[in-house]
Amino acid sequence: MNRFLLPLGAFIVLVIFLWIGLTLNPREVPSPLINKVAPTFRLPQLHDSAKTIGPEDLRGKVWLLNVWSSWCVTCRQEHPLLVELGRQNLVPIYGLNYKDNRDDGLALLKSSGDPYVLSAYDREGNVGIDWGVYGVPETFVIDKSGLIRHKFIGALTPELIQNKLIPLVKELNGA
Amino acid sequence: MHSKFLLFVLLLVMPLAYAEQAPITKSDPVLEKRVMDLSTHLRCLVCQNQTIADSNAELAVDLKNQVREKLRQGQSEQEILDYMVKRYGEFVLFSPLVKSTTWLLWFGPLLLLVVGLGVLSVILRQRRKMMQQAPVLSANEHARAASLLSAKEGEGHS
Repeated sequence: MNRFLLPLGAFIVLVIFLWIGLTLNPREVPSPLINKVAPTFRLPQLHDSAKTIGPEDLRGKVWLLNVWSSWCVTCRQEHPLLVELGRQNLVPIYGLNYKDNRDDGLALLKSSGDPYVLSAYDREGNVGIDWGVYGVPETFVIDKSGLIRHKFIGALTPELIQNKLIPLVKELNGA
Repeated sequence: MHSKFLLFVLLLVMPLAYAEQAPITKSDPVLEKRVMDLSTHLRCLVCQNQTIADSNAELAVDLKNQVREKLRQGQSEQEILDYMVKRYGEFVLFSPLVKSTTWLLWFGPLLLLVVGLGVLSVILRQRRKMMQQAPVLSANEHARAASLLSAKEGEGHS
């Protein structure tokens, strides 16, 4: 009897480990930038290359930075949600147009609606790298003091927006 | 015959001409070597089991460019690794750091080996003890066992 107990115990431990492994998502790499000052940049705006934008301009308010691109299919799926969120006027959404063609980006905003107060135009993707972006879309929540408080990897969903994003924004605005 | 052989050799050699056109030979081979060396230590986050040196994913190419740019600016290898870790987390390092949370990862196999050797030695010791405790047969009993065995064999043949 005893000689079966040990292998059985080992097997159960193995199953538990594998079970936990199944529930993890290796694609979601937690960002080390959480609760750190948002990396600074100075980029031309998508709509007007003569004007620039950077995180410093937004000090003192809670805002979202949504990294998007016209070639990114998941961004297009996410897009209507952002438009809807933008309409609610809960939090200003800024875009980081990542490695895109300026005309393609503008065309998408024209056809599907523009949820962004402004979009920064990151042609080379260097700002993306600075922010630890490794796939689009990604959405950062930045607080009044300029700290990154949360990063959503992949497309936002209605559940994420309702249960996570909006409560977080309210909390940050209250504090 | 001779010309056929030449053609054959030519065909064999042809791929080499392409091999030489590998795109890594940019202006500065020394810098390029440093870029490639450092790239083998950085994980491509899109294709997670590859280094950015092995990967042609767009992000990997961008990161390699970033590495090249920073080396050109005179940053050291360690500074660049630190920069990447600050942006992407320790996961970006292809071989995990040795620290308390990764001890199991690094030394787990060794631990398993030690445990296995321990179990093996216990089992061997028990077996030896059992062998020593086994009743020793007297000469008579040996003879009887031998006769029984040979009788069995005899039976088998008949």
